[in-house]
Amino acid sequence: MSSNNPTPQHYVAPVKNASVTVDAVRIDEKPSNLWLDAWRDLRRRPTFWVSLAFVAVLIFVAAFPWLLTQMNPIRDCNLAFSNQGPEAGSPLGFTRQGCDVWSRIAWGTRTSLIVGLLATLIGTLIGVIMGSLAAFYGGWLDSLLSRVGDIFFTIPYIIAAIVVMTVLSDYRSELTLAFAIGGFSWAGTARIVRAEVLRVKQSDYVMASIALGLSRFKTLVVHVLPNAMAPVIVVATIGLGTAIVAEATLSFLGVGLGFTTMSWGNEISQAQTTIRTAPWTLIYPSIALTLTVLAFITLGELLRDALDPKARAQR
Amino acid sequence: MGSYILRRVLQVIPVFFGATLLIYFMVFAMPGDPIAALFGDRVPNPALLEALRAQYHLDEPFVVQYFYYIMGVFQLDFGTSFSGQPVIEVLQRTFPVTLRLAVMAIALSFLLAIVIGLFSAIFKGKLFDQVSLIVSLIFVSVPVFVICFLAQYTFGVQLGWFSPTVGADNGWLGLTLPAITLGVGIYATSMRLTRSSTIETLGQDWVRTAYSKGLSRGRVVPVHVLRNSLIPMVTDTATTFGILMVGATVTEGIFNVPGVGNTLYQAILRHEAPTVVSFVTVFVIAYVFVNLLVDLLYGLLDPRIRYVK
Repeated sequence: MSSNNPTPQHYVAPVKNASVTVDAVRIDEKPSNLWLDAWRDLRRRPTFWVSLAFVAVLIFVAAFPWLLTQMNPIRDCNLAFSNQGPEAGSPLGFTRQGCDVWSRIAWGTRTSLIVGLLATLIGTLIGVIMGSLAAFYGGWLDSLLSRVGDIFFTIPYIIAAIVVMTVLSDYRSELTLAFAIGGFSWAGTARIVRAEVLRVKQSDYVMASIALGLSRFKTLVVHVLPNAMAPVIVVATIGLGTAIVAEATLSFLGVGLGFTTMSWGNEISQAQTTIRTAPWTLIYPSIALTLTVLAFITLGELLRDALDPKARAQR
Repeated sequence: MGSYILRRVLQVIPVFFGATLLIYFMVFAMPGDPIAALFGDRVPNPALLEALRAQYHLDEPFVVQYFYYIMGVFQLDFGTSFSGQPVIEVLQRTFPVTLRLAVMAIALSFLLAIVIGLFSAIFKGKLFDQVSLIVSLIFVSVPVFVICFLAQYTFGVQLGWFSPTVGADNGWLGLTLPAITLGVGIYATSMRLTRSSTIETLGQDWVRTAYSKGLSRGRVVPVHVLRNSLIPMVTDTATTFGILMVGATVTEGIFNVPGVGNTLYQAILRHEAPTVVSFVTVFVIAYVFVNLLVDLLYGLLDPRIRYVK
């Protein structure tokens, strides 16, 4: 009998009075996932709620600017008030053209948000498509798309957008500006998506999906992409902030939206000349711009911390 | 190491041609006749127009123009700007100013970033850390032209500590204010990077070993922690360089610094296609080679990188 069931030759220490602790698992606990964990982490953070509230206010102002302003930003301009300081009914003073600074900021919110949102959407979309195709199909397609990505990564996107907007100077609009910014800022997203898809591709469920006969493209869309989205959302949120800065920078340089369009960048650009006599024309749009960018970057960084279990453990 | 260098250098070639071609194509598509614009309101002699077009190869198809251009680049001939000056001469004149500005901005911001980032990491979660984090977050968010205006208004106009514009006075001292404004963005990103990499290093086993050997914090932090925390800073040089190029264009424009960035912006406004292409090309070539250098240096610092395909 002993030949069938040989006793182990090596020495095994006897377990005596040792209290062995196994990682405790609560069976009745609700099943958790990455997003639920992230939400639990986020909802305890006051900065998350403050940033979110600020973004909500921004969206409200962008959607209904007339509800918050008493004066029309274009029609109620009166040169008699040119560069005048704050007064009742006009808490932030007047511009050189005698327009109400507050109502111009409120109406400019829409432009800044729309351009930022569109640019981010375009950039993220191109980045996701390029990055996921490169990583999922690999081979020559990966080499090709990655080299194309390298080229776009090499050109600072504001400088590229300056050239694009000069080329399209007759067709200036929110859409062309968004294409100029988004069309050159996708390379970073593509790299992140590529790395993430390469990671997810190794999972058993992806292999199972292909083994069960789902086409490779459908597997990519249904199983791989949703699991590679977490870092994309983080980058897109931060990117929204930088896209708004890009719009303002381009408008400031004079190659963004036309001067007739109300946007924070244009307001700041036009306030250059009155910085000595009427500093409020420069300072208040700058504050609006900075706070908005701050809100989006803070949200993005909180999301990144919440979605990354390693970062969460490190805190 | 040899095959790693070769692989990295070979990767640069398609990027170089792709980037120059893309830029050249965009500028080629620019509307308006640059030669006619050269004469302003005056009506030039058609024969002269034709001669000028031929001189700048503007009558040739796109690919031929690009070919002429890229052949010139290999001979360090970046073409002639429309004011008649060779671009390489414009670069020679403007580059030292931008270099001074960049060196000053980087030196100031890196020094501050490393010191504050290190202390922030050591006192993680304390008041000092929280304040410096908030400050850096604000610095990341303020667009560079807003910083420029605020600095120009506060220190140049109100307090009168610096001259609001630089102009001819572009020595080290004259560039102080533009350098500080340019450094703000670099400071914010590198301070946060130093902080996070130091926090990671502080958690490593060898740091615990150093402490348990009885070494003091004054020895562990500079010798064992700081040196290892600075490696990620090397890889981030490319990002810094990107911030620097865009920042220089805006900063030099606002403070009227006669540097490369200012010239590029002026050239774009005047539709001086060859000048724009030359400057952006120089930017891109510089960026590609800085990236290459950083990668090679990183391969030297971290052997694991060399063997990854």
